[in-house]
Amino acid sequence: MNKKSNRSTLRLILVMVGPTALWLLLFLLVPLVYVIYISFMTKGLYGGVQSIFTLENYKNIFSALYFKVTGKSLVMAFETAMICLLISYPFAWILSKVPKKASGLLMLLLMLPFWVNGLIRLNGWSNILRDSGFVNRMLIQLGIIDKPLTMMYTNGAVLFGMVYCFFPFMVLPLHTSISKLDKTLIEASMDLGAGPVKTFTRVVLPQTLPGIFAGTIQVFIPSLGAFFVSDVMGGGSSSYLGNLIQSQFLVARNWPLGAAFSVLLIIFTLVVLKLYTKVGSLDDLA
Amino acid sequence: MGNISSKKLGRGSALFMWLVYLFLYMPIFVVIMYSFNTNSSNLTFTGFTLKWYAQVLNGDNLWRNMWLSLELAGVATIISVVLGTLATIGMYRYEFRLKKYLNALLYIPLVIPELVIGLASLAAFSKLGMDMGFATLVFAHVTFCLPYVIITLRARIADFDASIEEASMDLGANQWHTLRRVTLPLLAPGIASGAFMSISLSIDDVIISYFVSGAGQITFPVKVYGMVRGKISTQVYVISTIMIVSIVVLYVIGTLILRAWRKRHA
Repeated sequence: MNKKSNRSTLRLILVMVGPTALWLLLFLLVPLVYVIYISFMTKGLYGGVQSIFTLENYKNIFSALYFKVTGKSLVMAFETAMICLLISYPFAWILSKVPKKASGLLMLLLMLPFWVNGLIRLNGWSNILRDSGFVNRMLIQLGIIDKPLTMMYTNGAVLFGMVYCFFPFMVLPLHTSISKLDKTLIEASMDLGAGPVKTFTRVVLPQTLPGIFAGTIQVFIPSLGAFFVSDVMGGGSSSYLGNLIQSQFLVARNWPLGAAFSVLLIIFTLVVLKLYTKVGSLDDLA
Repeated sequence: MGNISSKKLGRGSALFMWLVYLFLYMPIFVVIMYSFNTNSSNLTFTGFTLKWYAQVLNGDNLWRNMWLSLELAGVATIISVVLGTLATIGMYRYEFRLKKYLNALLYIPLVIPELVIGLASLAAFSKLGMDMGFATLVFAHVTFCLPYVIITLRARIADFDASIEEASMDLGANQWHTLRRVTLPLLAPGIASGAFMSISLSIDDVIISYFVSGAGQITFPVKVYGMVRGKISTQVYVISTIMIVSIVVLYVIGTLILRAWRKRHA
């Protein structure tokens, strides 16, 4: 290539990739770096940020009270991911069995609910599950119970809401992984006398592991920050990491502490991703 | 796809599948049902009425929030699609030193909790002295839609025949001409699905919008979030029902048009 075409290629790269690079730099990277900066600063008297270096915020997030909330949130996120896996794996498996035309439509049916906002769908569930709701009235009418079961505004309800909101996100990577499965290996394994259980654990599971991990990340990480689920399903008393960060930022206006918690979330994310790159490629996460 | 896809679904599998769909759609049925309820308390269904629809269509305040959401999704998607299409082609066609870093940057919004992006945007925008409003909403929405557009498009461009572009160049078309006449038409289906994804993400977003919306500019989901602690008004159910019905209708019309078009060009 001569010098002139080299320069015009460079110009083309700049024109094509430059705007996106600049956008993400300005509106993503700079704000994230700024959050890390704030997390080491002091809270101003009236809610602002004072540029005085401190490690107080990090000491604070490891205090007994907050530590408990963090632990509780991690457990909740893990439970959510595992229950989603139990629903999504067989579901994705079934989707890969139906003819291609039908599976396209079924996939669409999976995404359609997102056009009703998650908050409103959760509110729909709270109408079904609350003390005077459909489920309780039915059970009372059938004579199975005589006092309504308290289902709403409990930790169980939050878990239910999390699973409801996030399991479709796990179906997609699992579906991709299962569709790629080499079926001849399954047949070979069965022909050679391995039973269905052994075939599953030795052949199917290892091959779909990237999908399992990708799906788990898709559920685990967002559920750590999804404060609105516990707001709708958990009532006032249940506070998770997401609620804590949100209220530090917007209610208590303690930005440095909220920022330190955010850095904690960023670290969790990086750790999970590091583990993931051992089994799968980042491209499969989308 | 070999053996597995040709087998018929067992009864147990079919039952499981429909139960999962029931789980998914149950609250939507409730929302649709209550949108026709004479009683606005959402406690029991007392009778059928269209009065809430009349009220919403006559210009309810909530309708303004919904319009804002639609406008925001439109603007954010146009910016995301233009920037994203250019970037995808550029990253596919050329090698450059900082590509690795740009790639890493693209994955951040996909994996980091939205909450972090929301509060980071709020912190940075207010540091710059900006007021929260439509502009800040657009900035933040493009930031999380753009990577999805690029990654959707990239999946399409991967099985794209580079020799067609080369042929166009060999035949004397310059790079711009090739881009306009060859590359973009080939990418059109990918651009469409990226745009659809972007609109869906933007319209549904609560978390990020909650941080960067200002007093006069509140998106529909953020408005609903404000009601969630108390009682959600029946008008919210009405607007949700209108949304989901219109998307189904649009999809059916789109499919029919596409089918007719294909038949004519077959």
